[in-house]
Amino acid sequence: MALTSALPAEQYNYDIVRKFTIMAMVWAVIGMSVGVYIACELAWPFLNFDIPALTFGRLRPVHTTLVIFGFGGSALFATSYYIVQRTCQARLAFPWLAEFTFWGWTGGVTLGVLSYMAGFSQSREYAEFEWPLDLAIAVVWVSYIVVYVETIRRRSQPHIYVANWFFMAFLLAVALLHIFNNLAVPISLTKSYSLFAGVQDAMTQWWYGHNAVGFFLTAAFLGMMYYFVPKQAGRPVYSYRLSIIHFWALIFLYMWAGGHHLHWTALPDWVSTLSAAFSVLLLMPSWGGMINGIMTLSGAWDKLRSDPIMLFLITSLSFYGMSTFEGPLMSLKSVNALSHYTDWTIGHVHSGALGWVALVSFGSFYHLIPRLYDTRMYSDTLIYVHFWLATIGIVLYITSMWVAGIGQGLMLRSFDDYGNLAYTFIETVEFMHTPYVWRALGGAFFVAGVLVMVYNIYMTVQAGRREQAALEAKLAAKLAKA
Amino acid sequence: MFDWLMWFTHMENSKPLALVIFFSAFCGILLYVFTGKQRARRLESYKYIPFDEDEPRQSELHGFARDDQRARIETQSCNGDGQ
Repeated sequence: MALTSALPAEQYNYDIVRKFTIMAMVWAVIGMSVGVYIACELAWPFLNFDIPALTFGRLRPVHTTLVIFGFGGSALFATSYYIVQRTCQARLAFPWLAEFTFWGWTGGVTLGVLSYMAGFSQSREYAEFEWPLDLAIAVVWVSYIVVYVETIRRRSQPHIYVANWFFMAFLLAVALLHIFNNLAVPISLTKSYSLFAGVQDAMTQWWYGHNAVGFFLTAAFLGMMYYFVPKQAGRPVYSYRLSIIHFWALIFLYMWAGGHHLHWTALPDWVSTLSAAFSVLLLMPSWGGMINGIMTLSGAWDKLRSDPIMLFLITSLSFYGMSTFEGPLMSLKSVNALSHYTDWTIGHVHSGALGWVALVSFGSFYHLIPRLYDTRMYSDTLIYVHFWLATIGIVLYITSMWVAGIGQGLMLRSFDDYGNLAYTFIETVEFMHTPYVWRALGGAFFVAGVLVMVYNIYMTVQAGRREQAALEAKLAAKLAKA
Repeated sequence: MFDWLMWFTHMENSKPLALVIFFSAFCGILLYVFTGKQRARRLESYKYIPFDEDEPRQSELHGFARDDQRARIETQSCNGDGQ
């Protein structure tokens, strides 16, 4: 039975990939629904219901943690475990440890969001977990690194494909960021104080925050892109040499840019300027990568008319290009003076998070899931429906936030003839009500698309199981005849 | 004897030095990647790695056509028999 030994499902560990894929979709539904709910809270504050656990302040980190670490993190675990096996032609090392990463990560995210709702938080953006959970996550992360690096060490393929380089940079950088940003002095099981103080504390926070975007939400998803775009397009990446330059330029530049989150604060002016300069430089590798991804389709543009998965992947790269243009623009001190502390920042984050991270993950999952269950997607029409719901949702979201943010920024900077502020703060809040309603609607569109995807995946998995059972019955009959 | 090492302990020295080292390394990578025809061919050949082992589906490996199987399953579910 030489053929049987070559079956990918047996050659590779797909079970762990399936688990993370399903969990990513579970977190997507919960995390994005919470996002819509808190968007509604901002438009209609009565939705707080005076219940502390449901207030915006507690649910906001629940939303960010679930979508970034729950959905995004699980999607990265799933795709990195899949890609490293396929491109190294080696089975995943230490299956028990990989299993531990699944339960550890899922348990960590679950406990984390429950602790936020109970009111426990470090108050560090995107790192709100209190110290016991930080320690647990560090252990899970080191286990992830061990599994990943050992699988690469056992590879049959002499060269390490570029997607794995991006994943390894992500693994290393996130470990460093997580450990140093969370250095703290515990005073009880549920409370700690940061080891840093004053402006150093703020700088450490945004060194972490910006590089979490750079390495968690960018480098790792580029790893995803470098595998799934060529696979779905059925043609190799446009330029492998460009991918090498893309990798090194991105890795070199990202670490310096975090200070742009602290323009016009107590941060030394030279740090601000330096980070703005590096942010502008970042445009080059970002667009180099985008061009490399999009040009992979060169000569086969017709796939955009016939393949809805390709639509997801190429649109995600377009949003990546757009948000990586907007980022350097907003990092300029003069622009930042208007945009900072307004909803323009929220719109920018979501054009990257929804447009780039979520769309490239959805496209990759639509490619991945039929292969994990050895079947085909239940419905291509539903993939199109999902694509349009998601795209309309993103456009509604970011345009409403541009209106809210730029409008608010302009109002806060307006003076009358006597040099007094032209508007009170509450007038800016009143102004933002309408864009907030549109934002919630945009989010609802996006979540509706995710629900369509979940239904499509469920039906695909069911079909895969039925086909598997039928195949086994047929094989048994064939063997009985022989 | 080792006093010169103290020069590195001053941040105003070590930071620009690090920048020069990183920038030189990046220039070195650029030169390495974009010079040499043979090297270019070798590097570009790696982009085919994701296609090295495209496999057929299980049913195809066992000699059953994909569409036949799907049609068969659909027929089965309509007829309600388990054959």
